[in-house]
Amino acid sequence: MTLIGWAQIALVLGCALLLAVPVGRWLAALAEGRLGGLARLDAAVLRAAGVDASRGQSWQGFLLAMLAFNAAGFALLYAILRLQGVLPLNPQGFASIPPYLAFNTAISFVTNTNWQAYSGEAAMSHLSQMMGLAVQNFLSAATGIALAFAVMRAFATGGVTQLGNFWADLTRITLWLLLPGTLLAAFAFIAMGVPQTLAASVIAATPSGGEQTIALGPVAFQLAIKHLGTNGGGFFGVNSLHPFEGPSALATSLQIVLQVVLPFGLCLAFGRIVGDARQGRALLAVMVGFVLVATLSIYAAEAAGNPLHIAAGVSPIQGNMEGKDVRFGLALAALFTATTTGASCGAVNAMIDSFTPLGGLVPLFLIQLGEVLPGGVGSGLYGMLVFALLAVFIAGLMVGRTPEYLGKKVQAREVKLAMLAVLVLPAVILGFTAAALVLPMGLASLQDAGPHGLTEMLYAYSSAAGNNGSAFGGLTADTPWLNTTLGLSMLLGRFAFVIPVLAIAGSLAAKPRAPEGPGTLPTHGPLFIGLLAGVILILGGLQYLPSLALGPIAEHFAMLAGQTF
Amino acid sequence: MQSAPALFDSAIIRQAAIDAVRKLNPGHLVRNPVIFVTEVVSILVTLLAARDAAAGIPWGFQAGVAAWLWLTVLFATFAEAVAEGRGKARAASLRAARGDTMARFVPLPEDTTQTIPRAAGELRRGDHVLVEAGEIIPSDGEIVQGIASVNESAVTGESAPVIREAGGDRSAVTGGTLVVSDRILVRITAEAGGTFLDRMIAMVEGASRQKTPNEIALDILLAGMTIIFLIAVVTLVGFASYSGAAPSVVVLAALLVTLIPTTIGGLLSAIGIAGMDRLVRFNVLATSGRAVEAAGDVDVLLLDKTGTITFGNRQAAAFIAAPGVSETEIAEAAVLASLADETPEGRSILAFARERYGITLPAMTPEARPVPFTAQTRMSGMDLPSGSYRKGAVDSLAATLNQAVPAALSAGIDRIARTGATPLAVAKDGRILGAIELKDIVKPGMRERFAELRRMGIRTVMVTGDNRLTAAAIAAEAGVDDFLAEANPQEKLDYIRAQQAGGRLVAMAGDGTNDAPALAQADVGLAMQTGTQAAREAGNMVDLDSDPTKLIEVVEIGKQLLITRGALTTFSIANDVAKYFAILPAIFVTQYPGLAALNVMGLTSPQSAILSAVIFNALIIVALVPLALRGVAYASLGAAALLRRNLLIYGLGGLVAPFIGIKIIDVLLTLIGVA
Repeated sequence: MTLIGWAQIALVLGCALLLAVPVGRWLAALAEGRLGGLARLDAAVLRAAGVDASRGQSWQGFLLAMLAFNAAGFALLYAILRLQGVLPLNPQGFASIPPYLAFNTAISFVTNTNWQAYSGEAAMSHLSQMMGLAVQNFLSAATGIALAFAVMRAFATGGVTQLGNFWADLTRITLWLLLPGTLLAAFAFIAMGVPQTLAASVIAATPSGGEQTIALGPVAFQLAIKHLGTNGGGFFGVNSLHPFEGPSALATSLQIVLQVVLPFGLCLAFGRIVGDARQGRALLAVMVGFVLVATLSIYAAEAAGNPLHIAAGVSPIQGNMEGKDVRFGLALAALFTATTTGASCGAVNAMIDSFTPLGGLVPLFLIQLGEVLPGGVGSGLYGMLVFALLAVFIAGLMVGRTPEYLGKKVQAREVKLAMLAVLVLPAVILGFTAAALVLPMGLASLQDAGPHGLTEMLYAYSSAAGNNGSAFGGLTADTPWLNTTLGLSMLLGRFAFVIPVLAIAGSLAAKPRAPEGPGTLPTHGPLFIGLLAGVILILGGLQYLPSLALGPIAEHFAMLAGQTF
Repeated sequence: MQSAPALFDSAIIRQAAIDAVRKLNPGHLVRNPVIFVTEVVSILVTLLAARDAAAGIPWGFQAGVAAWLWLTVLFATFAEAVAEGRGKARAASLRAARGDTMARFVPLPEDTTQTIPRAAGELRRGDHVLVEAGEIIPSDGEIVQGIASVNESAVTGESAPVIREAGGDRSAVTGGTLVVSDRILVRITAEAGGTFLDRMIAMVEGASRQKTPNEIALDILLAGMTIIFLIAVVTLVGFASYSGAAPSVVVLAALLVTLIPTTIGGLLSAIGIAGMDRLVRFNVLATSGRAVEAAGDVDVLLLDKTGTITFGNRQAAAFIAAPGVSETEIAEAAVLASLADETPEGRSILAFARERYGITLPAMTPEARPVPFTAQTRMSGMDLPSGSYRKGAVDSLAATLNQAVPAALSAGIDRIARTGATPLAVAKDGRILGAIELKDIVKPGMRERFAELRRMGIRTVMVTGDNRLTAAAIAAEAGVDDFLAEANPQEKLDYIRAQQAGGRLVAMAGDGTNDAPALAQADVGLAMQTGTQAAREAGNMVDLDSDPTKLIEVVEIGKQLLITRGALTTFSIANDVAKYFAILPAIFVTQYPGLAALNVMGLTSPQSAILSAVIFNALIIVALVPLALRGVAYASLGAAALLRRNLLIYGLGGLVAPFIGIKIIDVLLTLIGVA
């Protein structure tokens, strides 16, 4: 670990936090329909679409609209992928995507997971990339934020049954936030050397006299929304490690900022909407705290290097550089990995499979903690609010009152729904992983034996269920079994979680907001921040410790004993 | 306050031990998901141990685990049984009071000479009965004719008789109480089996106990956590099989039971029953656990001024001397003018003069001639050889004496009136010497209690029929947060509704019939036992001592109940960390010897590690029974300070305690050679 490394981490995170302030302000304005100079244009667009923003929906109405919209998105994307071979804008002449892979990919992009069981430059036509995948990159992100808006409104008001209008939220978020943000970032990436072209490839002469075909395409725009929308699905198979997707340390830094700015900003927007900025900052503090600890843990584990390499004579000064890019170095790889797994983005700028066991445990655990640190756009905030409700319920009793969060009483209905939501991840992750580890069709996909193999499988299902989408690597993912079960994991991880969350929102919106007093549990100070962090850590840790013990932890001790797998 | 049975009365413990076994009935346990799962697992492990024993495989370890799993269940049912036992003892004494009395039924209320003997159990609502001195009132009712002194000790524990009379706010009588003098005609207001005493017995016994809203929510949380751990343990089979390990069902069962929140699951109902019991020992009866819980949530406390915040009658608080008169002089004159005044106000003047100025009462001489108070003169006094002393309303005294009030004195008198107190002028031989300040005295300690409530986040509101001026002065003196002056029942009700509309929970105490609507509207309505039947039915708690200030204790008991639940839940969940460190390396150390590094407690062997964790998990329930019954100590700190303290004790303590406990048990197991 170097001073420069520390400084890089501080600088990039600092920039992200600074940018989150105006972004948070704008998010709050969007949620409250305060569009300023855009109001007239916005009204015209909504009128043309036949949407009346003032007509709120109940939680069931909001949910049905969201589900219907996403189902349609899935059908459209599935059709595009299946018909790719006969559709235009296919300069490379790629064949249609086979059914299992198309199913997996369509779910993956609709659920904002962006797990990729294919290599973009070797399978996807420009049309599939631009009209299929990139469109869902926008819409799945907008869906997440719209859901977060609905939940925020539930806390802000009292005695109402309506959570806002899904169609208006979706339109506004896409048009007035994601599109302009993506345009700005895309031009920045183009300036840094990322291609944006409809050409298929260029032929380059290699120094050894050979000939190399280098794939090109409309990369820059997709790269921008990939990070801004915490999607993570790369244009190229190796994602942000590819020189055209991660051309420089500056570009990788911008990607880090982009993938956390909306989750961070949403916390601040939450504070504004509930009328107490401190509440949003407390949630943000928990998120940033975890990101920092995770970054430093990865950085420390990787900088310490692999003792087996060192024993074999590799200089320990570099640390463990296997699977990492010298353009970025260890510090930015650590920060990128912590934020991409914490933020449910899933892009990678280093191969996690090649991390030291403990360095690889951190991103895995971050995903398993529920994708709330800071989590995906929207999903991070509403997931965090579920944990906040549970933390308030467990510890809030200790102040001698029925637990309240932001003046809303947390009662049987909320606890029941929160537990239902919290149950989804362990059931899906542990259930499918355990099955895959004993069934031949699961085991066949493993590259490595022993605990490392277990980690590869555990990571895949964690990533899918957490809607992260990053791959640990080493897993042959394009098989009917994995395509199907990972697809189901993504589906459940997104929608089985969201349904109880929206039901909680509906229940909270109807409750009156009790005024805060000296007898109510303060939910903005360091005490609550520590409590919330503790609840997330203990609840998550208790669920996954056995599996982690048999994966990365066992591998770590084996490595120290000189054993490899 | 009733004398509490010792926390572990031997008779209660004996009975509880029997009941604990009876409660193993799965039909009963299914109400408690965590303990129910534990019982199912215990049965499973027992069968496995028996199978191994039959097959001649070593079965000591399996039997050990099975035994301790059963003990875990038993300790949980025992905790509940002990909590119930304390209530049952009280219920038995109440039942004795109920007995089976014969009543004198009056068919025609107009003619009380005709009575027919009828068993108390056969009386219907609306019947009339005649009760005379020495007889027990057969059922709850309302006196329609007569006045009597009644010994209510069977219900309240207080043996001094109270006066009950027809009409007004003291007309309600309770079945099972004894008429000591006179005779009354009572209209029965309760059906047989539904009397106050019946409800009280049911409540104390816990027979009609239903889960409270917060208890239900907590149960759901615990059930959810149980499912999560069930998933973690069941899927571990797959993970283990991949890793080349095959942990036995017994070991996995041990892991499951130690992980699921058995500590709070086992103590949850005991905490609730003990909370009600604490209230009963405070001589307050709640009609439901829901009301006790609501008490912890109260934001606004509505207290009547008279009798609750103040003593209820005006008392002398100061003497103000006219220019040229010493304070002792005016004090002496006031005493002499009040010698014959038997009203509480007059007595208070004598008492005040004695306490403040050390003036002793002069003996009444035969020459002394009292001048009684009349509506015309509006003054009273005493003619003595030393002079004639008068006291009375300032203006009438001045008018009668045909004398102006000295200007300096009149300023003082105005000040008294401004603060809501009453000034009385004192004269000797036709000369005004000064004035007495009579005011409503705030009970000692009230200011501090209100400050305490404020720290707890509760606003106190004083309700009074006085005018705004008087109310404001007393409110300021008592330190309440707000007051409701010239309040009538409707205004009280409106105030409660307005507070509730703002999301606040309101508690109030009341006794009169016109309090009934407000008592019913309040989230916590504490009715006085001496109050009317209407009030007692409208409230959701009855104070047998009829002390409205008890509302404050009720709030504290409600808070304590919630805190105890939260503390033990936190403790229970925090415990799991250590159990993982005990059991995980024990299961997998053969496959991955490196995992021995996780055995941070240095436990002797895998078997002793697992057994130690199971034993700790069982013993901690018993160890915490006293805490569950007594409740976590409550201090009226702010919420933040309270949370910090409890998190430190029960969160951090819960994290650390099992590491130590499991290690100690492991050492003991090793010593006796089990490991």
